[in-house]
Amino acid sequence: MAFRWTNDLRPEDVTPEAVFMNRRQLIGGLAAGTILGSAGMAQAQEALEPNSWEDITTYCNFYEFGTGKDDPAKYASSLVTDPWSVTIDGLVDRPGDYSLGDILSQMTVEERLYRFRCVEAWSMVVPWNGFELADLLELAGVQSGAKYVAFETAYRPKEMPGTLFPVLDWPYVEGLRLDEAMHPLTIMATGLYGKPLPNQNGAPLRLVVPWKYGFKSIKSVVKITLTDTQPPTSWNKANPREYGFYSNVNPNVDHPRWSQASERAIGGGLFARRKPTLMYNGYEEEVAGLYEGMDLSKNF
Amino acid sequence: MKAWICRKTSKSDAIRKELLFMIDQINATLRRIPTWLVYVLLSLPAPYFLYLGATGGLGVEPINALERKLGEVALQLIVFGLTVTPLKRWAGLNLQKFRRAIGIMAFAYVAMHLLVWLVLDVQILSQIFADLVKRPYITVGLAGFLLLVPLALTSNNVSVKKLGPKWRVLHRLTYVAAILGAAHYVMLAKGFQVEPLIYLGLVLGLLALRRVPKSKSRRRAVA
Repeated sequence: MAFRWTNDLRPEDVTPEAVFMNRRQLIGGLAAGTILGSAGMAQAQEALEPNSWEDITTYCNFYEFGTGKDDPAKYASSLVTDPWSVTIDGLVDRPGDYSLGDILSQMTVEERLYRFRCVEAWSMVVPWNGFELADLLELAGVQSGAKYVAFETAYRPKEMPGTLFPVLDWPYVEGLRLDEAMHPLTIMATGLYGKPLPNQNGAPLRLVVPWKYGFKSIKSVVKITLTDTQPPTSWNKANPREYGFYSNVNPNVDHPRWSQASERAIGGGLFARRKPTLMYNGYEEEVAGLYEGMDLSKNF
Repeated sequence: MKAWICRKTSKSDAIRKELLFMIDQINATLRRIPTWLVYVLLSLPAPYFLYLGATGGLGVEPINALERKLGEVALQLIVFGLTVTPLKRWAGLNLQKFRRAIGIMAFAYVAMHLLVWLVLDVQILSQIFADLVKRPYITVGLAGFLLLVPLALTSNNVSVKKLGPKWRVLHRLTYVAAILGAAHYVMLAKGFQVEPLIYLGLVLGLLALRRVPKSKSRRRAVA
């Protein structure tokens, strides 16, 4: 069941990449002329404008390829994404290895223009192509006892130079509560700007949960397991004081080492202004109900 | 058998002599380099980074990149400054003439790093104060910078004369500042990362070298 959520902006509002980049060069030129004056202008402009292809594909966190922001773009080409299959197991009616082609033939890929907020306090706007995770889970048949969904990234030391260092406990794992996974905003992305997903962005198939910090949106997924217990997640294992299971974007709950009240939109150059971070990354209306009655400072 | 040993020792003696000769030559060359040139060379990375940041050379998020670059150079200069004494003691290499330039430039890079954090990165005054108090890695970094301020202010001949033996004691704060600087880097890393630990290891190692009793190094130098 695709198209359960639509953006305020229609697909035709997504500026073609080339036009968009030209326009921003123009804005950039203006801003350089009036460095201080431009701050107010940027604040006033609320409509979602996607980041450029370059922004999205050269500034990535994908520690399997190194901890530098440019490492994934440099080294992720070594990841073999074809053939690709996803093991779906646990509390499902039809467990097994699903080939990517098989999955895609049964899914409806649509465009989703989402805000993307990293836990490191930077943000982008990304025009994803993907399908709803709920559709994939329905394909495997979720059993009534399932309460959580666990995800796992490919772990291939020969193709992933970053995994030679114990930065995290490989393979990278993530998890969602079942209602979060079934939410119409939650998608499995397969592309960007209508093109296939580049390896550094999690090819060929990645999770996107726009109201959570970016690290929840696990990349290059090879395994999805339905469980009745809360699954372990990589950053929570690495530092439980700093990274909780939920990791919802919340300007009122700081990371112990930095404030989450504001963020820097990528692409603004040396003099980019910070902007306030929105509750649930601007998706409060859609998802606040999932967390009703929960103490968000404890369930961070 | 004995002759063979003899020949071997004489050979290593020859290598040693050649090495000493080489170091003497390097020292002679170093003596001819004016210190102003060192100031100029060490200040070049800063405008280069700024140029890169303004023209896209530091990637799509130049603020954090610039901040990191300046911080890294600052740490490298601090480590470099700490090698001067051990290099003289263990290798006979004489860089003492440039130690002030290295120290002052290290301070300049720490100051620029801090300035980029204040003006370009955090921007919001209330958040700056909150960060200083609430974020240990920032508190530690700032403490390191503050310790360097009196050292930079007294890095001139007048102060050296005026303070006398106290000057040496005061400038031992460098050691504390170096540890704080490296700790600052270790504390801000996400996950287990090797590079910050290398800097911390270098700083601690270079400080440990200073604890080696004098007699040992003298025996080595004589032998």
